[in-house]
Amino acid sequence: MAEFHEISPNAAAGEKLLNWIDNRFPLSKLFKEHMSEYYAPKNFNIWYVFGVLSLLVLVIQIVTGIFLTMHYKPDAALAFGSVEYIMRDVPWGWLIRYMHSTGASAFFLVVYLHMYRGLIYGSYRKPRELTWLFGCAIFLALMAEAFMGYLLPWGQMSYWGAQVIVNLFSAIPFVGPDLALLIRGDFVVGDATLNRFFSFHVIAVPLVLLGLVVAHIIALHEVGSNNPDGVEIKATKGANGIPLDGIPFHPYYTVHDIFAVSVFLMVFTAIIFFAPEMGGYFLEYNNFIPADPFQTPLHIAPVWYFTPYYTLLRAVTSEMMYALIACVVVGATLAVVKGKMPTLFKGLIAGGALVVVAMMLSIDAKFWGVVSMGGGVVILFFLPWLDNCEVKSIRYRPSWHKYLYLIFVINFVVLGYLGTQPPSAIGGRISQAGTLFYFGFFMLMPWWSRIGTPKPVPDRVTFTAH
Amino acid sequence: MSETLAHSGNVDDSKRTWLIATSCAGAAGGIAAVVPFVSSFQPSEKAKAAGAAVEADISALKPGEKMTVEWRGKPVWIMRRTPEQLAALSALDPQLADPNSTRKPAEQAPEYARNATRSIKPEYFVAVGICTHLGCSPSDKFQTGAQPSLPDDWQGGFFCPCHGSTFDLAGRVFKNKPAPDNLEVPPHVYLSDTRLLIGDDKKA
Repeated sequence: MAEFHEISPNAAAGEKLLNWIDNRFPLSKLFKEHMSEYYAPKNFNIWYVFGVLSLLVLVIQIVTGIFLTMHYKPDAALAFGSVEYIMRDVPWGWLIRYMHSTGASAFFLVVYLHMYRGLIYGSYRKPRELTWLFGCAIFLALMAEAFMGYLLPWGQMSYWGAQVIVNLFSAIPFVGPDLALLIRGDFVVGDATLNRFFSFHVIAVPLVLLGLVVAHIIALHEVGSNNPDGVEIKATKGANGIPLDGIPFHPYYTVHDIFAVSVFLMVFTAIIFFAPEMGGYFLEYNNFIPADPFQTPLHIAPVWYFTPYYTLLRAVTSEMMYALIACVVVGATLAVVKGKMPTLFKGLIAGGALVVVAMMLSIDAKFWGVVSMGGGVVILFFLPWLDNCEVKSIRYRPSWHKYLYLIFVINFVVLGYLGTQPPSAIGGRISQAGTLFYFGFFMLMPWWSRIGTPKPVPDRVTFTAH
Repeated sequence: MSETLAHSGNVDDSKRTWLIATSCAGAAGGIAAVVPFVSSFQPSEKAKAAGAAVEADISALKPGEKMTVEWRGKPVWIMRRTPEQLAALSALDPQLADPNSTRKPAEQAPEYARNATRSIKPEYFVAVGICTHLGCSPSDKFQTGAQPSLPDDWQGGFFCPCHGSTFDLAGRVFKNKPAPDNLEVPPHVYLSDTRLLIGDDKKA
């Protein structure tokens, strides 16, 4: 609690006003802590603009969403027509709608790039684990937000996509069918489902998202940003207690970010005006047909940002289960034979593996597909504890790590591509190999990240003045 | 007074007991308050009422034709099979995942439809047109012989566009397909030779 601060009666009116506020609300203090005296490493590169761009897209989505809500009708009989009404009859409605639909894809694009930045520079490592966890929770909330928003236009893809995803829950043993009924609020996806998804999409999930974003930023500002070198700037402070390699966020990075925002908005508006459907990737063609519960479109695929995870789902067939069982058996055997741990733990691992294998043999492959898709996201939460490499940044990791990360990215893109395609024999095999690689990358990380000799990490960040 | 107590380190045990007791009661009340909110997610009385049985007139259905009626918002197919189609059914048994519907008999069909043709009258096949994999509606593939996505010796049946499951004309799923079970046969009853009640198997 600050002491009440008196100001000279001769001070300017602006100063007096600020002093009046500061005595009642920590305005200057907050501005200093988070802007003018928040010291960020001076060696940020292009990868560091995607955090602020995510924030920008969040604002765009909220503002456009508020205006769309004024004209949209969450009713199975009216929803499709009301979206067309926004597109054709509401003045400038088409622009607001395209900003929102393009914003959804832009959101995932910048968030994926933001997460990739964290991955390569080790931004999830100690002491930034909670920043990473809040971020993963944001990603999960964002997926829920996008999925429920996609039902609202009530087109064929909205309807059948929701039908397929809600039915995923019914694959859970024992409680599944009742859970699916609880989510839909009816025996099939219908008016009740649309109405509750609308409620979740416009208020419940956005509130959670905003809370998580605040937590993400507070956690970040507590520990300070990482940087491309993975060097802790707080370890080298000047006489004034300020990190030697830190520069105030404002004005240095605010100006830097305004430039990034301008470039982003150029691309964003170009897409809105010239390619809002993006060849069927941002807005699927089948979604321009009203929902028909009796007729499934010939080819069902989620929007591009879900397709890598959709492929993880589709890859799990009854044949794939044998490969997965073999992985569990080999993994448990290695842990028991090679692992350095007390006998009790080894017994627990062996027993646990037996239980898992028994479950894998007795429960449908359909359920394990759901586990695979969910696991693909959940495994990200564990990243801070999977990585055992001595250094944080890819710059100082053994060179072959770079190739491994490159393969990981290519694999992720291939998984995404396969998710947009109809099922095929060869595609099925590739997606199964890709699924094994995806999980292998994370699950074997405690082992492979220790191998090789890292390069020496400098004490200070590498930076050349422009 | 409380300040002096806190500073002196003395704890008022009676006060603490009541604090714990009221906190527990409050927490229990808070948890109980979740029940009505979660319950509101269940299908409403209106949705349940919409699950009532529907009647279908099958007098116009010719051999080899299929009609669809809505029951609980789901498509229910009524297919009139030709003698050739019926004859082909038993030959398919080795290619099917569960030809005799033994995996989950109670969920797949009512007792009176647990036979070789999965129907009350061999000619008329009644089934919910929702794939048992992830709930898409399979499309009709009555044309026999080779065609895209289907085997060359195709005898007619249904094909799910979502993940490629195939079903024969008794709604039985083929082997090595994502769908785990045969199509569901809803409870149904013949009110007369041409009137069929779907969703209920007791004549009113």
